[in-house]
This record gives sequence, C-alpha cells and structure tokens, in this order.
Amino acid sequence: MSKVLVVTSGKGGVGKTTSTAALGAALAQLGKSVVVVDFDVGLRNLDLVMGAERRVVFDLINVIQGDAKLPQALIRDKRIDNLSLLPASQTRDKDALSAEGVARVIAELRERFDWVICDSPAGIEKGATLAMHHADAAVVVTNPEVSSVRDSDRIIGMLDSKTAKAERGERIEKHLLVTRYDPVRAARGEMLKVEDVLEILSIPLLGIIPESEEVLRASNVGSPVTLSAPQSNPGRAYFEAAKRLNGEALPVAIPGEKRGLMSKLFGRRVA
Amino acid sequence: MALVLVPEVPLADWLAGLDAQMARSPAYFAGKPVVVDLAAVGPAPHLVAGLMDALTARAIHVIGIEGISPDVASPALPPLLAGGRTVTEGVIPDAPTPPPDAPPALEPSFLLLDQPVRSGQSVVFPRGDVTVVGSVGSGAEVVAGGSIHVYGTLRGRAVAGVAGHGQARIFCRRLEAELLAIDGLYRTADDIEPGLRGKPAMAWLEGDSMRVASLD
Repeated sequence: MSKVLVVTSGKGGVGKTTSTAALGAALAQLGKSVVVVDFDVGLRNLDLVMGAERRVVFDLINVIQGDAKLPQALIRDKRIDNLSLLPASQTRDKDALSAEGVARVIAELRERFDWVICDSPAGIEKGATLAMHHADAAVVVTNPEVSSVRDSDRIIGMLDSKTAKAERGERIEKHLLVTRYDPVRAARGEMLKVEDVLEILSIPLLGIIPESEEVLRASNVGSPVTLSAPQSNPGRAYFEAAKRLNGEALPVAIPGEKRGLMSKLFGRRVA
Repeated sequence: MALVLVPEVPLADWLAGLDAQMARSPAYFAGKPVVVDLAAVGPAPHLVAGLMDALTARAIHVIGIEGISPDVASPALPPLLAGGRTVTEGVIPDAPTPPPDAPPALEPSFLLLDQPVRSGQSVVFPRGDVTVVGSVGSGAEVVAGGSIHVYGTLRGRAVAGVAGHGQARIFCRRLEAELLAIDGLYRTADDIEPGLRGKPAMAWLEGDSMRVASLD
C-alpha cells in the first residue's frame, strides 16, 4: 500500500530538502520503491541534493499543466534503481500549482510507488499547503531553537486542519525529526533540549540527526547522506528514522546524552 | 463567532466608557467581528446611524445589528441578526405568533478542546468557559466569555471574561504565557512575576488590578 509523506517545517533552512533526500534514499535501500517530489517551485533544490540537476527535462509544473506525461518527468536515480525524483520548475512560481493538478499527479504517483515523499517549501502559503494536502503522514523537521519550534507548532496546526485527511475528520500521522542537533551546545544550554522540543510540540519523535560536516558534504556532492556516508552518525540516524517510518519500533537515542555537571548547572530553557 | 456590544443611552456616556476600555486594551476589537444589540437604544434612525458612524470611527468591525424590528433595518445599516441567524425580509406579517415554547432546556455552555492549541490558532468562545486538555502554543490565543482552564503549558495568550465578566479566571498547569487578560485588563509576560514562570498558576481580578498566584 502506498503512502504519501510530506516533509515540512514552516521555517526555511532547517533541513527539509536534505531530510527528504536522505529518507528517500534510505527507504529505497530498504527495498521500497520511492519517489521524492520537489514542491518548492521557483526555488528548486532537491535536484541538486539528489545529484540529478543535469538530467531535468520536464518538471512537476509541466505534468500539472499537461505539457508532459508523468513518466517523462520522472528521473530515475543512477545509484538506486527504485528511487525516482520529480523535480520542480525553477522558472515558474507557486501560482503555477493548481489544486486539481496536484491531486491528479499525487494520485498517479500513488499507483507507481510505495512511498511518495513531498519536499515542502518553507512558509505557510500555497506551495506548503498544496504539498501537505494529500499527505497520509508528515515529517516535521525542527531545529532545536525557539523560532524553528514555534514555526513547527504552526505547521502542525495546519496539518491538523488544512489537509485532506483532516477535512475528512481523520488524523494525519505526524513525526518529529530534530535536525542539526549539537549535544555539546544543548548541554551548555545554548540550544533547546530534545525533551523541551518534544514537550512543546507533543508529537512522536522519529529521530534526532546530529549536526555534522557529513551532511553538508553530501549535499555538495549531490548525494543523499544515506547513500554517500551510510555509516556516518547522520547517515545511521536517517536510516533508523526510515526504519521507524516503515513501522519498526526502534528506540531513539539522544546523541551525547549524559547527565553531567553541565546539565545540572544549566536549567531547562523553553520557548 | 462574534462579540456583542450592548450600547446604552445616553450614547455619549456609553461611548466614553467604550473609549476607556479600548484605551486599556487597544487591540481588543482589532479584526474581530462585532454584533451590536440595539434593544436599549431604540429604533430612532438618527441615533442608530450616529452610533454606527461612531463605531466605524473606532475601527470596530460591525457585522450585524440585533434588538430592533426588521422595518427599521435599512440597506445603509449592517444586516439585522437574531439569535445568531440573519433575519431576511419577506416575513409574512400576519403569521400567527408561535405558541410559547416550553422553557428551553438549560444548555451547559463550555468548550472542551482535546488537542493542543497550536501557534497561530485562535479559539474564540464568548459564551462560556474554555478547557484545553493540552498546551496553548506560543503565538496561539484562547478567548473566552468565561474562565480559561489549560491542563498543559500556557505559552500563548489567554483572554478571559471578554463579555465583561470580571469574575472570570485563568488557570493553567504551567504558566509561560505571553499575555493574560480578564475583562479588558491585561498583563504581558514582562509584567508577570518571574517566580511564577513554569508553575501552576491562577489569574483573577481584584478590583481594578490583576492578581496572578501559584496554585502550589
């Protein structure tokens, strides 16, 4: 049974695109057929992070407007057979997305793939609402800092009210992915602790991705970190998150969690 | 849901009172739909028109009026409402008055929310108490005619007793509020005693001042 997943956050620059690519590549390596869809029309990045920027011919907007068929726009990954990309258009903007067009494309993708992963643009406007509208589940990407957490809270409220599932009175499955987590800074009180983020957002934790050079390097060479460095700390954390998405019950370890002097000296900080 | 204003005569005095209230909480009516109950003012057209102009000048967004008979309503005035429904013209004049109903069953009036109130959401319930089983996020607001009960962390705004009920209170299991208001009196986070942050707390009015105290 296929599942539509939106990767969203409200705030920009927290790691939606990186997480979309890493989770997509991990699920594909776990044997699922996966498509990652870039909804950031006008500011597309997923093609770069996936290393497919030189192979884009047709895009999501072409398919929505009927200028191309879906199979013409899908780009199959060269490294993993069962991973595809549907790129966004760079020359258009979000107004080119239509509700009917998106519904049609998502329905068609559902028939072809086990996982349809939609990379949402930042913000709460049309692009973000259309990216989340057909989702069965959502990954809310949050950095452990107050502005990101509050924006995520806003997005969770929208997931619970603006999606097709919510409109039918059903509950959309929501997962929290904490990215760019730095245990040293968290211990010093310069960053929110995971428990504080969880207390504020009160949705289940999917994983904690440690801040790492490896993630930046992976983006720059156009390869999801779960492909280029699967044994690195972030690579392993994304793999575990992908397994949890697949229904495996794995406990989440908080990186570098030690109850030391530092954490006793510096109390909890909340938003 | 709209707020209801009930003007009294003399209008000048009533408007002065309104101005005083608006001076205390200037953004109170901002963007909120308001229904004006004219029962006490009467149907005199010049009074009604003058009152509407006075409210418009105060940037109060009047969406409807009630408490006057339909023949006084004119296209220049906001639509006539009654009991929350728009009264349309074309009521048959000879229609027999309905027999007096049995006294309406006493409906408890409260709003219970099983979900957290998320940032950016606004819950407005002028008819009674609001209970939130969960947290009220930073940047969220709960507005109640009665008291507000939050069985989680109150991080956003809580505005209780909006229809002039100074005896309304605000309770929360953990106080991190951005703003507390009861019947037009308010306190921002800066004015709340730092020692109460993170504690279970209650806010209430004592005369013209707001008190906030720990429930522990």
